[in-house]
Amino acid sequence: MSVLVYTESENGAFKKTAYEVASYAKGIADMLGTDVAAISFNATDAGELGTYGVSKLHNVKESKLDKFNAGAYADAISQAAKAEDAKVIVISSSADSKYLGSLLSVHLDAGYVSNVVALPSSADPFTVKRSVFTNKAFSNTQISTDRKLVGLSKNAYGLKENPTDCTVADFAPSLNGDDFKVEVQSVDKATDKVTIADAEIVVSAGRGMKGPENWGMIEELADVLGAATACSKPVSDMGWRPHGEHVGQTGKPVASNLYIAIGISGAIQHLAGINSSKVKVVINTDPEAPFFKAADYGVVGDAFEVVPALIEKLKAFKAANA
Amino acid sequence: MKILVCISHVPDTTSKINFTDDNTQFDTNGVQFVINPNDEFGLTRAMWFKEKQNASVDVVTVGGAEVEPTLRKALAIGADQAIRVDTPAVDGYAVAKELADVVKNGGYDLVIAGRESIDYNGGMVPGMVAAMTGSSFVNTCISLEIDGDTATATREIDGGKETVKASLPLVIGGQKGLVEESDLRIPNMRGIMMARKKPLDVKASVGASTETSTVSFEKPAPKGEVTLVDADNLDKLIDLLHNEAKAI
Ligand SMILES: Cc1cc2nc3c(=O)[nH]c(=O)nc-3n(C[C@H](O)[C@H](O)[C@H](O)COP(=O)(O)OP(=O)(O)OC[C@H]3O[C@@H](n4cnc5c(N)ncnc54)[C@H](O)[C@@H]3O)c2cc1C
Repeated sequence: MSVLVYTESENGAFKKTAYEVASYAKGIADMLGTDVAAISFNATDAGELGTYGVSKLHNVKESKLDKFNAGAYADAISQAAKAEDAKVIVISSSADSKYLGSLLSVHLDAGYVSNVVALPSSADPFTVKRSVFTNKAFSNTQISTDRKLVGLSKNAYGLKENPTDCTVADFAPSLNGDDFKVEVQSVDKATDKVTIADAEIVVSAGRGMKGPENWGMIEELADVLGAATACSKPVSDMGWRPHGEHVGQTGKPVASNLYIAIGISGAIQHLAGINSSKVKVVINTDPEAPFFKAADYGVVGDAFEVVPALIEKLKAFKAANA
Repeated sequence: MKILVCISHVPDTTSKINFTDDNTQFDTNGVQFVINPNDEFGLTRAMWFKEKQNASVDVVTVGGAEVEPTLRKALAIGADQAIRVDTPAVDGYAVAKELADVVKNGGYDLVIAGRESIDYNGGMVPGMVAAMTGSSFVNTCISLEIDGDTATATREIDGGKETVKASLPLVIGGQKGLVEESDLRIPNMRGIMMARKKPLDVKASVGASTETSTVSFEKPAPKGEVTLVDADNLDKLIDLLHNEAKAI
């Protein structure tokens, strides 16, 4: 019996969230007095999984699984869970992991809780805290099934080192045609850009920017910070920015370390999407904008003056701290 | 083509969230309930299939009698008939079990659900229904075309999108993008009158068990005051972000 964690990778290398879910799985394993086993797809080596407490990696080597495929991944992970006799399976709450989580839960008859933000408060009954009402509240949720599936929210637990010897073994699940009912035809992805989901810093702008032609400085600020760009809902509705950048209750959730909101009023639906970001900075001409109540740091000022000045200052700061 | 649209009855997006009974129940006092925004996009896309490809469209909700106004709204928007499974929606698994039973008995080719409902945000019901009914499943779906028994869908992925092909029966988890925001439908007077005459079938629960339960709710700790920095002193902001917040 062990805790099994699904560690996401891209082009063979683990994502940062893989190390976070591994750290968290180790926390649960310690509560249960057991070890952590991981499963991954086409990882090129065990990376730093050992540093974060994983003692065994089941690596699925299968070229058909180079691209994420929810059906096949869920089937393979459930076979690994059975092989390990895992009572607790930990995944991320990324878009991909949520996609496969519900399938995995049915395969394993495992009660599933997503958006979990902390270690279980009790192992028996198994009780975890998860965010609900789009981060406006938390629910302490009990899972009553024998097997449990936990989806950890990004940046909720952080990385915790627990150096362990990690062995790597090939894992060959038996997959069938049903696993490939959904067939990927094409992928359209800007590969050189930091994505909102992975970014440590997100620079977001709203209707206060007046028009799409003014986004150059937002992109430049993001560039200086190595950040992803995002926007409020009206901005994407008006077609100033792509839909995928819309943040909020009906858009993408953001759980970055730093969220910079420029010319965004801070409507409740927008704030709901960014509540789990750690540090929030607001730049707005209106000192009464509701966003100032949700922010850690604020600048009352015109974005068209503040942002270019901030870019210059940040460039100097980066140069001095390089 | 027979389409089932799963409708989640949720507090509207401006709702203040509070709890009662020693923080064990959601306080519905003064809360306006609406069709889950992710489902609204799906319902509108279903209307397109009805009008252009002659599909029939049923809507379903799991819940007590209090969800019926939400179902009537979906009928007023143009769904042909509504089904309410008469049991409280307490856990994603149990809801999926009830829906899977409706799907199997109704012989639906396409089930449109929302990526997640904005109350409990579990994002688990659509995938569970797919797994329970042996259907294909596409999540975070932002465009959908059906030709015969083949679907071509686009789904949002981190940093881009992906086009997939899948055979029917299919379940999708839909979201904004499935139709344009400006195409979302608001019930008009004629729709509302017609909705009164459309069938709203109340179906007994299959008695699905639950796998999870909420023990208690909590609200986030109150936030401290914002630290304001003068627009002429941005070095201070950088200093705070670097030394105090350790964010850059
Ligand atoms: C069902 C529903 C769901 C929704 N979901 C979302 C969601 O997921 N995400 C979301 O973002 N919204 C959502 N909304 C919309 C939300 O209610 C607000 O309308 C929206 O967030 C406002 O966007 P904004 O702040 O960019 O624009 P505005 O409200 O127009 O605010 C612009 C801000 O810019 C400031 N400003 C103007 N000029 C300047 C300048 N030169 N320099 C600096 N600041 C300036 C203004 O003071 C103002 O505060 C939803 C609404 C509904 C009804």
